[in-house]
Amino acid sequence: MKIIAAMSGGVDSAVAAARAVEAGHEVIGVHLALSANPQKYRSGARGCCTIEDSHDARRAADVIGIPFYIWDMADEFHDEVVENFMSEYAAGRTPNPCLRCNEKIKFAAVLDRAKAMGFDGVVTGHYARTRESDAGRTLHRAVDPLKDQSYVLAVLNREQIDGAIFPLGDTEKVDIRIEAEKRGLAVAQKPDSHDICFVPSGDNAGWLRDRLGSEVGPIVDQDGTKIGEHNGAYTYTIGQRKGLGLSVAAPDGAPRFVLKIEPVTNTVVVGAREDLAVSSMRGEKPIFCGPEVGAAPARGFVQVRAHGAALDCTYYLDGAHLVAELDEPLLGLATGQAMVIYDGDRVVGSATICETA
Amino acid sequence: MSVYLDHAATTPMCESAIGAMNTALRKLGNPSSLHTQGRSTRKDVEDAREKIARAAHCQPSEVIFTGSGTEANNAAIKGLYWNSPKKVIVVSSIEHHAVLDPALWLVEHEGAELIQIPVTSAGVIDLDFLSALVTSRGSEIALISVMHSNNETGVIQPIAEVVKIAGDIPVHTDAVQSFSKVPLSYKDLGLFAMTISGHKVGGPLGIGALILRRAVEIPALLHGGGQERDIRSGTLNAPSIVALAAAIEAQAYDAAEVSKLRSHFEEGVLRARPDAVINGQSAPRLPGISNITFPGTQSDSLLLLMDSEKVSCSTGAACTAGVHRPSHVLMAMGLTDIVSQSSLRFSFGATNTQADVDYALSVLPTVIERGLAANAVGKK
Repeated sequence: MKIIAAMSGGVDSAVAAARAVEAGHEVIGVHLALSANPQKYRSGARGCCTIEDSHDARRAADVIGIPFYIWDMADEFHDEVVENFMSEYAAGRTPNPCLRCNEKIKFAAVLDRAKAMGFDGVVTGHYARTRESDAGRTLHRAVDPLKDQSYVLAVLNREQIDGAIFPLGDTEKVDIRIEAEKRGLAVAQKPDSHDICFVPSGDNAGWLRDRLGSEVGPIVDQDGTKIGEHNGAYTYTIGQRKGLGLSVAAPDGAPRFVLKIEPVTNTVVVGAREDLAVSSMRGEKPIFCGPEVGAAPARGFVQVRAHGAALDCTYYLDGAHLVAELDEPLLGLATGQAMVIYDGDRVVGSATICETA
Repeated sequence: MSVYLDHAATTPMCESAIGAMNTALRKLGNPSSLHTQGRSTRKDVEDAREKIARAAHCQPSEVIFTGSGTEANNAAIKGLYWNSPKKVIVVSSIEHHAVLDPALWLVEHEGAELIQIPVTSAGVIDLDFLSALVTSRGSEIALISVMHSNNETGVIQPIAEVVKIAGDIPVHTDAVQSFSKVPLSYKDLGLFAMTISGHKVGGPLGIGALILRRAVEIPALLHGGGQERDIRSGTLNAPSIVALAAAIEAQAYDAAEVSKLRSHFEEGVLRARPDAVINGQSAPRLPGISNITFPGTQSDSLLLLMDSEKVSCSTGAACTAGVHRPSHVLMAMGLTDIVSQSSLRFSFGATNTQADVDYALSVLPTVIERGLAANAVGKK
C-alpha cells in the first residue's frame, strides 16, 4: 500500500514509520505543523510541534530512508481543536483535545488529503491494535497497558479505522525505545509528550484565563450559600479539591469538592465527596468503531479518562444517546469527557458525556 | 526515470569544475603563505580571479571571494550602508531574502529606512517609481539594490536603467541567477557592486564573490587576516575558487537549448492545463525558469506528488519550520496569497534533455488532478 506516516518527531511515530516500510508499504513521512507560531525548542516533556520536533521528524525520515514533507494544518488545528477546547471550557465542560485532534485532524483532514492524493491510509505511532473479523476491521487495546491509547482513538469511525495502521500495538514501550536505538534513530531516548501540546507551559488554567478572561464569581455550596470566590469557573474541574481557597469550613469539617460548574451564572458548586458519586452516564454523538450498539442492554466496560480504569457496566443506545450504567459508582465525572465502551479489549465506541446521575 | 527541474536551487557541478577541484584538493599550500607551496596556490587563486573577472567584465582586483552569495549580498548591503552617512536603502520588493533581510536588519538595528520598489504584474520593477523617488529623496539614499533576475520567476530587471536613474547613488545587483546564463557586463552596466555564486553556475557550493569597485572600502563583516582587500577575512578557499573559475570557463550552459526546453515544457503544460498561468511570461526572462500557477491546487501537495513521480521542482518559500508560505515575489506581482500558494517553479539547466520535458509532462495531468482533489477535501 501507499501510505502517509504521520511523524511528530517522537520515537513512537518514527518506529511506526520504519515498521511500515519493513512491512512492504510505500511510505511517505509527513510532519503536521499544528502551530502557526511554533516555538524553537521543546521544553522537557511538554508541548510538541516545535521547530526542533520537525527537525527530529525529518532526521528520522532520512534515517529510515523515506521522503518527508511538512503539512501545514495549523488553521484546521486551531479551528477544530483549540477553538473547541476553549468553547467547551467556556460552556462548563471538560474536553479532551487529543481525541478531538485524532477525530478531526489526524484521521480526518490528513486521511482525506492522503486519499485524495492517491494514498491508501495513514500510519501513526499510537499504541492500539486493529483486527480483521467477519464484522470488518475492529479497534483493540495495545498490549502495553501503560501506553494503551485506544481511548483517544475511540472517536474513529469504521471508515477511519479502515484507513489507519497502528504498528506499535503489539509491543511494550520499553522495547520500542530499544528498537529505535537499534535502528539508529536519534529520538530513541526522547521524552514522551505529556499534557496538552498547545499549552506548552502546562498551566491549563492560566492559558484559559489569558484567552477567556477571568471573571470573578461565587463558589457556593449545594444550598446556594456563597462560601468563596473564584477567578473564572472554567478553570475548575469536577472532583477538584485543591485550590478552592474556601473561607468557610464545611459544618462537619470534611473536605469539599467541585460538583458542578455553571457557566451561565459563572458559579462553581461544591459539596461533599459522596455527592460526587455517579452511577450512570449519558453520552451524545456516539461513534462506533465496529458493529453498532443497539437498544438492547449489553455487558462491558466503560472508561472515562485516557488512562482511567475500565469500569464494569451495562450499556445500550437510548435514541441518540449512548448510556452506561455502572456496577459501582464513580466519583467525579465531568461532562465533556469522552465515555469509551469496551467489549473485553475491543473498542465498541465512544460518546461525549452530556449528563450524569 | 528521474527528472531534476530545480536548477535554480542548485545545478550539478560540471565535469571540468570537478576535475579542477579534485586537483586543487590534493594540493598543499595556504595562498597567503610566502613559501613555494603558498605561492603556487596563490597563483591558482589569482588565475581563477582573472578568469572570473574576464567573464564578469571587471578588474581582477574587484573580485572579492566570499563563502556564499548570501555573504556577498550581506557584505554589499551592510557595507555600502555603513559607508554612507545617508539612511535610506532602496531595494526591489522581489529581492531574495539574502538582500531583503540584511536591509530589514539595518532598519531594526542601525536606524535605516527601507523603501521597496514595487513591480508590475509581469514582475518588472516600476522605473517611474524609482525615478520619482530619486528625484524627491535622492540625497538621502545610501544605496539601491535590484536583482539582475528574479530567482522565482526568472524575470530580468532593467538594471542599466536603474543605474542611469541612480546617478551617483551606489547600485548593487544580486546576479546569482543571471550570471553565466544571460549576457551580463559589470562594466557596461556601470554597477557599483554585484553578487555571484558558485553552485548556480556549475561550480561548487560554499563559494561566492562580491564584485566591488576598486578603491571603495566598505567595512568588513568578517575580521581577521584581511585576505580579501580587508573587506573579507578568512583563508582563501582555493579548491572552490579554482573550480568556480573552471565552471565559468566551461560555459556548459547553452541558453538557446535551455530556452527551447523551457518553451516545449510551457507549451505542453498549457495544452494539458489550459487554466495554468505562467507568471512573468510577458517580461524578458532567464532561459531556464518557469513559474506556473495551477489554480485550485496547493503547491506543497503538488511538490509531494511530483516528487513521488520522480520529478523535482520547487515551491516558492518556506518558513523556518518548513511550512510552505505565500511567495512575497508573486504577491508583489499582485497575486493573492491563495494563488501564490498554487504555484510551482520548474527550472531547467545544462543537463536537461527533451526526454526530461516529455517525462515531466507525462506525469503532470495526474499530479494536477490529485492536487485539485486534495485541495478540495481541505476546503470541506
